[in-house]
Amino acid sequence: MHINTLEKRWLYVALGMIALFVGAMFYTSYSRNIHPPSHVETIDSASLHLSEEFAEDKLGVQPQPLADGRLQVKLVAARYGFYPRQIEVPAGRKIVFRLATLDVLHGVHVPMTNMSTMIVPGFVAEVTTVFPKPGEYPVLCNEYCGLGHDHMWSKLTVVAPDTWRAPTQTGVQQ
Amino acid sequence: MIDANLKKLCLYHLWLAFGAFALACVFGEFQVLERSGLLSIIQSPAVYFASVSTHGVLMGFVLTTFFIMGFGYYTAASSLNMPLWNPTLAWTSFGVCTAGTVMAAIPLLLGKASVLYTFYPPVQANAFFYIGATLLVVGSWIWAAIMLVMLVQWKKAHPGQSVPLPMFANATNCVLWLWTSVGVALEAVFQLLPWALGIVDTIDVGLARTLFAWTLHPIVYFWLIPAYIALYCYVPIAAGGKLFSDELARLAFLLILLFGLPIGFHHLYMDPEQGHEWKLLHMVGTFAVAIPTLLTGFTVVASLEMAGRKSGGKGLFGWIGALPWRNPTVLAALLSLLMLLLGGFGGIVNASYAMNAMVHNTAWVPGHFHLIFGGTVVILYLAIGYRVWPRLCGKALYSTDLALVQLWTWFIGLGVMTTPWHVLGLLGQPRRISSVNYNSVLTLAWDPYELVMIAGGLILLASAALYVYILFRTQTASSAQADAGDDAMTMAPPAAVPGWLNGFLGWNLVILALMAVSYGYPIAQFFLIKTFDPTAWGY
Ligand code: HEM
Ligand SMILES: [Cu+2]
Ligand SMILES: [Cu+2]
Repeated sequence: MHINTLEKRWLYVALGMIALFVGAMFYTSYSRNIHPPSHVETIDSASLHLSEEFAEDKLGVQPQPLADGRLQVKLVAARYGFYPRQIEVPAGRKIVFRLATLDVLHGVHVPMTNMSTMIVPGFVAEVTTVFPKPGEYPVLCNEYCGLGHDHMWSKLTVVAPDTWRAPTQTGVQQ
Repeated sequence: MIDANLKKLCLYHLWLAFGAFALACVFGEFQVLERSGLLSIIQSPAVYFASVSTHGVLMGFVLTTFFIMGFGYYTAASSLNMPLWNPTLAWTSFGVCTAGTVMAAIPLLLGKASVLYTFYPPVQANAFFYIGATLLVVGSWIWAAIMLVMLVQWKKAHPGQSVPLPMFANATNCVLWLWTSVGVALEAVFQLLPWALGIVDTIDVGLARTLFAWTLHPIVYFWLIPAYIALYCYVPIAAGGKLFSDELARLAFLLILLFGLPIGFHHLYMDPEQGHEWKLLHMVGTFAVAIPTLLTGFTVVASLEMAGRKSGGKGLFGWIGALPWRNPTVLAALLSLLMLLLGGFGGIVNASYAMNAMVHNTAWVPGHFHLIFGGTVVILYLAIGYRVWPRLCGKALYSTDLALVQLWTWFIGLGVMTTPWHVLGLLGQPRRISSVNYNSVLTLAWDPYELVMIAGGLILLASAALYVYILFRTQTASSAQADAGDDAMTMAPPAAVPGWLNGFLGWNLVILALMAVSYGYPIAQFFLIKTFDPTAWGY
């Protein structure tokens, strides 16, 4: 095979660029443990209401944080909303969301943040994030799930850490 | 060798492709209007999602498949200079694909298959939709087989010679497509069809998404390769120069084949059913496949620079102005490269393992693929149409000036439409919504961008209509033009290239190994763990 010197140089530049990108990604993902939601954990979507974790009275912001200090939020996605429909969390705190769908494929996104994951029937989606800024955000569905898809959203209120109070029980709207 | 039957075959394929394209643009314009909320009388999720499903299928599957098959026949017969092998089989393939398209179109238009062109279960469409889509794929396999038979026949008749580059690329695309379509074919045959026909009740959604991802990435290379054939084989000559390097071109096509296949998990970055190690592995492949595109950019720009300097262009950038901008092929290539540069940047954002979370399933995504697919790829399909129509009809192109207007408006329309679309994504607007109902001040900022998109869509629709008009006037002109020649699509054939750059047998083994590594466990896991499969849901 004949490769012209100019071509060769360009090939090195191209390889260098790709190595830089890939290297940066490996570095951030392992040094800071940043991975997309990849929690391979199954659940029977058809009987969520009977499950330990996703029964109606277990949903929402959990009174007890995890041992590592992360606040836990459990949500059920179902046409057309995320339940409970309103949640309140503190800014600047690590929050782990665990979500399951009752029916079809959904996606969840809090706009302009990295709180995003697909919610696939038969699987629990888990995503950890921090909301830096207080405010009201829609929690919206970003995967087509039926003709009411446009209306699938719930409300997230992020409040300053010192005004936030942990809920005393789950399953109620605050 | 292009005989009368082949001309007819190509024209049938290409008319179907561009007819679907123009029709889908009408749907597209309806969609941007509907989702802006400007006209309350047309607001309807049922109509909107039927429309998007039809638009996506027409653009993503019908335009592309028929165009690639028609142009593939043309490329094989002209670059190998041999007659089409088994025309009856070729017409059968056309018949199967057309029957499949019609079969899928009916439920789509009736609103019985509003599952979008990705048809993710457990939302279920009418069974005819899946059967039709399967037939389209099966018909395209017949086409791929015909192409590969012609390749083998030619190599037998020309031992030791290198396959002409256009056919080499075309054959690469056939091999690529056969591998690519296996994923969705498995999904259709073992999951979707039995489930839609009521033979089984439940469906393993994680498995279905994994198999679909297998297809979803390399299919874009299936769409892209004809555009690259134009860039490598037509453009340098049209610009008045020659291809910078034939061997590097072959290497680029082979790298696309190898790296393009085992990387579909970047479509599952945000999915819970696959582990992050697999996603990282596919991320590496996703970046690796940028290499052949970077090589293509270099080779094509270098060829253009040589042409520009030959026609007197001086200085670092002077050669750009010296290029024949009034040649439709050259103009389309320049605009295509420009959109590739912008779209490629967006693609790197999407491919980025972590950053993707910010744009995943937002409006950024359709913005991105309209630019790179509707732009980079389709503008070259359009330019190929301008080149082959005179040769297929024996008539001169109706108007070069109008063709230039058409190409420019396509480019401008895409700029006007996709720029606000990207911004909307960054502002958090999700894709695939027919109206905005989030009771939030955040969404007020979205309105002006949606209005600009309507204007962009209108420009595109006008441009598409003009395109069809030009082709129609070319074909129906009364005066025949002296035959424009066989369009051998070749530069001086290179000295014999090494065997590994001339065939695919060994490469298939490499692909098999790569696919086994990338997909073996991720697919097997669904049989190893206990999954809970949902039943069908309407929409
Ligand atoms: C007049 C020009 C066009 C307009 C106005 C237009 C508009 C649209 C709109 C509004 C959507 C819905 C996106 C969403 O759900 O957020 C869409 C989807 C789509 N468009 Fe276009 N489009 C045009 C041309 C094209 C072209 C040329 C192609 C490719 C060749 C294309 C391919 C697609 C595909 C594959 C989808 C489906 C996306 C999905 O299901 O999420 N479109 N288009
Ligand atoms: Cu949803
Ligand atoms: Cu992809």
